[in-house]
Amino acid sequence: MKAMHVTAAALALGAGLVACGSSTPEAPAQTRGPITFLGGKFEAESVQKIVDAWNAAHPQEKVSVVLLPESADEQRRKLIQNAQTKSDAGDVILIDAVWTSEFAANRWVDELKLDTTGFLPTTIETAKYRDKLYAMPMFTGTGLLYYRTDLVKQPPKTWAEMKRICEEVLPKQKDMSCYGGQFDKYEGLTVNFAEAVASAGGELLDASGQPQLTSDAAKQAARFLADGFKSGMIPKEAITYKEEEGRVAFQEGKLLFYRNWAYGYEAAQKTDGSSKVNGKFDVAPIPGLDGPGAGTLGGNNLAVSAFSKHKQTAQDFVAFMTSEAQIKAFAQTSSMPVPRAAVYEDPAMIEKYPYLPALKEGILAAEPRPKAVKYGDVTAAIQESAYAIVTGAKPVEQGLSELQAALGPLLK
Amino acid sequence: MTPRSSRWAAAALLSPTLLVLALVVFYPLVAAMRESFYESGQRLDADGFVVEGEWFAGLANYAGVVQQRFLNAAFNTTLFTVVTVSLEVVLGVAMALVMRRAFRGRALLRASILIPWAVPTAVAGLMWKWIFQADGVANALLGTEILWTADGPWAKLAVIVADTWKTAPFVGLLVLAGLQIIPAEVYEAAKVDGATPWQTFWRVTLPLVKPALLVAVLFRLMDALRIFDLPYVLVGPRKQSVETLSGLIWDEATRVHYGPASAYGTALFCYIAVIAFVFVKLLGADLLSDVRARRREGSARVG
Repeated sequence: MKAMHVTAAALALGAGLVACGSSTPEAPAQTRGPITFLGGKFEAESVQKIVDAWNAAHPQEKVSVVLLPESADEQRRKLIQNAQTKSDAGDVILIDAVWTSEFAANRWVDELKLDTTGFLPTTIETAKYRDKLYAMPMFTGTGLLYYRTDLVKQPPKTWAEMKRICEEVLPKQKDMSCYGGQFDKYEGLTVNFAEAVASAGGELLDASGQPQLTSDAAKQAARFLADGFKSGMIPKEAITYKEEEGRVAFQEGKLLFYRNWAYGYEAAQKTDGSSKVNGKFDVAPIPGLDGPGAGTLGGNNLAVSAFSKHKQTAQDFVAFMTSEAQIKAFAQTSSMPVPRAAVYEDPAMIEKYPYLPALKEGILAAEPRPKAVKYGDVTAAIQESAYAIVTGAKPVEQGLSELQAALGPLLK
Repeated sequence: MTPRSSRWAAAALLSPTLLVLALVVFYPLVAAMRESFYESGQRLDADGFVVEGEWFAGLANYAGVVQQRFLNAAFNTTLFTVVTVSLEVVLGVAMALVMRRAFRGRALLRASILIPWAVPTAVAGLMWKWIFQADGVANALLGTEILWTADGPWAKLAVIVADTWKTAPFVGLLVLAGLQIIPAEVYEAAKVDGATPWQTFWRVTLPLVKPALLVAVLFRLMDALRIFDLPYVLVGPRKQSVETLSGLIWDEATRVHYGPASAYGTALFCYIAVIAFVFVKLLGADLLSDVRARRREGSARVG
């Protein structure tokens, strides 16, 4: 057992040297060659186009794509398994933005020396651990407020405004509730809860990484959600909503406002009868307590596995995939929001995806989720308390102070 | 051959089997138990990197076994096991009795009763999720607005209903096999003696089908005690009201807490082993007595 650890440490050290570019004689020969990209099922076609372009230009260093399971949890487990067995099954891997810290701290991915100009600054933040770059943003995204243009003239900027609009509109509508988001006990709840706290002007963790859940902003955010459920402003069944359930409810005209990612835009626009709101909705940045809110930053980043045998190629491929030309090509074939600023100013793109200006505003105001090495534990703790608070199982103050206490030891 | 050398030959012939068993059964078991006493890679150095390695943790990983979350999961597991297995025995026996009768369309009925058992559990979980969702069939039929798939007592009921639906046919199938070896003369004799259908069932059918039924119940007990996929798909992970021991272990393992996960796994293993042992001790006498009786009969005939 001990011998294995020593070898592992030696390997990791060797890998680190190579990544830093220090030239041991045989290193360059080793670091170029064919590589494997472990990508997600989502957007696989658009990714394949970029890979084809790379392969045409680099016949000696071809990239093959292997798709990981669809669910993020499964993906994460598979990647962690690969890393723990020091497998070189994936040279370039697609990781959720919130896993960056965990993967970097465990030395499962290498530090990158790549140019980050031209990216939206908040997306680059999600690719860093302790101020060092470990990944490159590939997709991004933040919460948007979907609203009904046939019933609402001006999208609300604050929660109070939203409430007022609902009080005006809803009495005349049958079977319609005011606001929905993702409140089932899963990652989406962490996102929605963090979003509410940020939109009230607070933050889950302060700059030094200490939990700040006993702040006034956190209390007001938690109260907004808990009271929303109690008063029926948020429909009772929203406690079972993940992205899709709520999207369907919005498309069936059961919600006046719905918080979702940009992907829902295309589906809600469909004219094949699946959406009753096509042509009758639009998106806006999410509202907040005293003014526009701050969404949670989502997205996926590309990273180079620490156990790759062809790291130079892997790093070049990451740079290629996230280059302006390829990101633009990607944006044209998929509705996934991308991290480069130029795309959001391209008139042709805005015509194709009218939500881009609202999205850019949202992304620039967005807050990353807590950066934590033990993110899995942190998000579980947040979900536990947030679920108890929104369902009314625990009073706001008690839920928050328990969460504050639970997060402390996890963030050391 | 002397008895001594034949014993050696037997050992030699069995050794490949024992070796395979040791590799695929005992090694993982022992490795998991060893893991339950270790803690791995949970510390950070000054630069924020995880310190690699493993440390002996003693019984620290087992501390969670006496805490609320584990006890709750153990309670849920036990509750699901007791309730679903009881319901399944009643329904399964009823199904078997119906399937045994000769009537037109019997093959079709038998096939349709078995469909739930043929559906993969994860798919069954998804199906029931659609039925139980807020605007699903269950609420429409019952005229209610119950949130079955949210955390709470209703979620427990949803899991019990779905699990019973899925596995009652299994009990039915085994009981049917038991029923079919009961000779017709026994029933004729009962009829001649003027037994009511109820008496026939209690005094004739049930005792004779008991060995098959006990095997079915034992299998279902083992299965129900490690139930994982149905509550996971139907209601979701980490929902207090339906979290089972397997669910808890899965959750710890996915969060890379292999130590506690192994400790809980070991605890679940012991729990299942104890239940199986008690079951076989209490009721297995019947299971085995049948075999013994036949063996005695056989040797008596030969002798």
